[in-house]
Amino acid sequence: MASSTIASPSASFIPTKELGRSAFSPASSPFSVPKCRKSISKKIVSVMAPQQSERKPAATGSVKTAMTMTEKILARASEKTHLSPGENVWVDVDILMTHDVCGPGSIGIFKKEFGQNAKVWDREKIVIIPDHYIFTNDERANRNVDILRDFCAEQNIKYFYDIQDRGNFKANPDYKGVCHIALAQEGHCRPGEVLLGTDSHTCTAGAFGQFATGIGNTDAGFVMGAGKLLLKVPPTLRFVMDGEMPDYILAKDLILQIIGEISVAGATYKSMEFVGSTVESLNMEERMTLCNMVVEAGGKNGVVPADSTTFKYLEDKTSLPYEPVYSDQQARFLSEYRFDISKLEPIVAKPHSPDNRALARECKDVKIDRVYIGSCTGGKTEDFMAAAKLFVASGYKKVKVPTFLVPATQKVWMDVYSLPVPGSGGKTCSQIFEEVGCDTPASPSCGACLGGPKDTYARMNEPKLRPLLQVCVSTTNRNFPGRMGHKEGEIYLASPYTAAASALTGYVTDPRDFLQ
Amino acid sequence: MAVSYSSSLSTFSAAAAAAAFSETKPSIGPASSQAVRFPSISSARPFIVPFTSNSPVVRNQRASFVAPRAAAESPSSTTTSPTSFHGLCYVVGDNIDTDQIIPAEYLTLVPSNPAEYEKLGSYALIGLPASYEKRFIEPNETKTKYSIVIGGENFGCGSSREHAPVALGAAGVAAVVAQSYARIFFRNSVATGEVYPLESEVRVCEECRTGDVITIELGESRLINHTTGKEYKLQPIGDAGPVIEAGGIFAYARKTGMIPQSA
Repeated sequence: MASSTIASPSASFIPTKELGRSAFSPASSPFSVPKCRKSISKKIVSVMAPQQSERKPAATGSVKTAMTMTEKILARASEKTHLSPGENVWVDVDILMTHDVCGPGSIGIFKKEFGQNAKVWDREKIVIIPDHYIFTNDERANRNVDILRDFCAEQNIKYFYDIQDRGNFKANPDYKGVCHIALAQEGHCRPGEVLLGTDSHTCTAGAFGQFATGIGNTDAGFVMGAGKLLLKVPPTLRFVMDGEMPDYILAKDLILQIIGEISVAGATYKSMEFVGSTVESLNMEERMTLCNMVVEAGGKNGVVPADSTTFKYLEDKTSLPYEPVYSDQQARFLSEYRFDISKLEPIVAKPHSPDNRALARECKDVKIDRVYIGSCTGGKTEDFMAAAKLFVASGYKKVKVPTFLVPATQKVWMDVYSLPVPGSGGKTCSQIFEEVGCDTPASPSCGACLGGPKDTYARMNEPKLRPLLQVCVSTTNRNFPGRMGHKEGEIYLASPYTAAASALTGYVTDPRDFLQ
Repeated sequence: MAVSYSSSLSTFSAAAAAAAFSETKPSIGPASSQAVRFPSISSARPFIVPFTSNSPVVRNQRASFVAPRAAAESPSSTTTSPTSFHGLCYVVGDNIDTDQIIPAEYLTLVPSNPAEYEKLGSYALIGLPASYEKRFIEPNETKTKYSIVIGGENFGCGSSREHAPVALGAAGVAAVVAQSYARIFFRNSVATGEVYPLESEVRVCEECRTGDVITIELGESRLINHTTGKEYKLQPIGDAGPVIEAGGIFAYARKTGMIPQSA
């Protein structure tokens, strides 16, 4: 079961779907990679300059045991010395996460299959985080949080970030907010581990050098009882990003660029590994943004190798031991893409697909009527800091459209209200946001990223009927029809810089208009 | 979902054919009390459950967590699988994401709750834009008359919500035939047993029109469009075989000693 060698240097900047496929599917193997037939331009883009590969020819013998990060993590978790892509293995799960939308269904399956009186495999390895439909009067949504609470009490689940007082999120000492950010902030993400969650953006945790992916209720019910899951080892696509990150570029631009390049199915059933000097320069929250949208390319999981940045972040968050793993020098990747980030320009994804890539400056005539800054993708402390920095750089111009701010977690909310923003003379994000006329930062949750019940704050509820435009620039992760509410709503996915700049003009705006 | 029972590949009983076109599901034989379910697998390939023309054919009912059906289980029925699907098709395009299959506002419905399961079905594909003139479910109906959904690339992309294949199955879909799938949707489809996620070799979504009469012969990996008279090859089963043959991930795990026998 061989995976291909990395792309030859001359082809390293060309999407190598064909190369990968033919090399990856030997006739004898029943496994073949699903084909993505979307045609992709082979035009050389300036950010993807061809580079010579530095890899030496593989030495015989050592190549056979060489593995990528993802393969190594799964090998260790399945107690195998070596794994190749395509193998189905039983993997021990270190952390299982679920929330209010999928938790009740998973619990239902667990009880049905393992028995009404069954106990979960490990009360300390399940983390239950209500975050999706919290600040709503929807009775079923509220009931779903009650279901979680009853289960946690019955099973004596150690980590349950409960909320009971919906009128005042601060009155709930345990409540955190958005699950993927809470997992990181509460120290549940560790290099080398396997983390599964009933949410597609569980891949966010790959930023910590672990295997993290989203699963459905049935799989989660299984893990609750068994503590393991049958997984197929994915081949890895490698994304090498080098070059100094320009002042106006954020990790969101990087991942939108990649998704635009390989399409929404370009990484289906594959692992996406992010390496290079640019990646090394990113802080943890930026790495999380990068891995967060792996699923938007169809990816199974994303990984960033753990380094001093990772270890520093984890210092005060977890006391459990962990052992990072790294791709072998001789590891084989399905394809490799190289980027020169110094040449990248701010990117947006136009309606209605995350791969509908365009330069922000190409969309400057698109009139908008709202901006949304929030979600696991773009509602972290660093994301709000970025937006605030742009408002400062603009000279505190007032926003021209309603600008909704939804911090991902309680911690983020507190940071927004307490951390000084560089260059502002000691002002906090919240003060800057107030000064430029943004909405008051809302209670932390997933909010309108996925629409939610009709009374969700900032939900796009109206049809496109003049004078309502229903065009939103958002720091979230998906813009398929109806994603934030009404089917006719148009969502431009963007970085916090681009979102803030657009709020100031009332049009989709390149942040360089204010940052340079 | 409209399913026809057949002990040979080419004949359908009149009753089954009539049932296939009716708007309500035909009454379906009870599932095995062994809780035969489809596995949560990460194979990219769709599965075809092997059968012989002499074996009794009983529709392998969906997951036993749906309580009303579980109550009707017969202890002696065998765990064989359908040989074919027959019904009207509903055609959609590429990248049909989970928000279009089941919009987020309906996710408060818990799939393992029987009443809410049915309600989920009534909202299947309600998120499709207005450009789809023929609605998947008529305004006053709760089930669909289209038992086969034909899609393009990357069907089911987006969220990990299991509500997506559940809504389709609860609405009456027996099988989806797409050019390719997003992995979590595919995995969930198989895990829940709600819909058979079949993969075509060509762009069947451009060859068929909503309302065409379709037969899918699982054993032969064939899709027949009776309205146009054309036939298409489907992708054969892949690595999923052993787990499916065991009866799903829970059954497979018990069989191989991974988890203890059920209580």
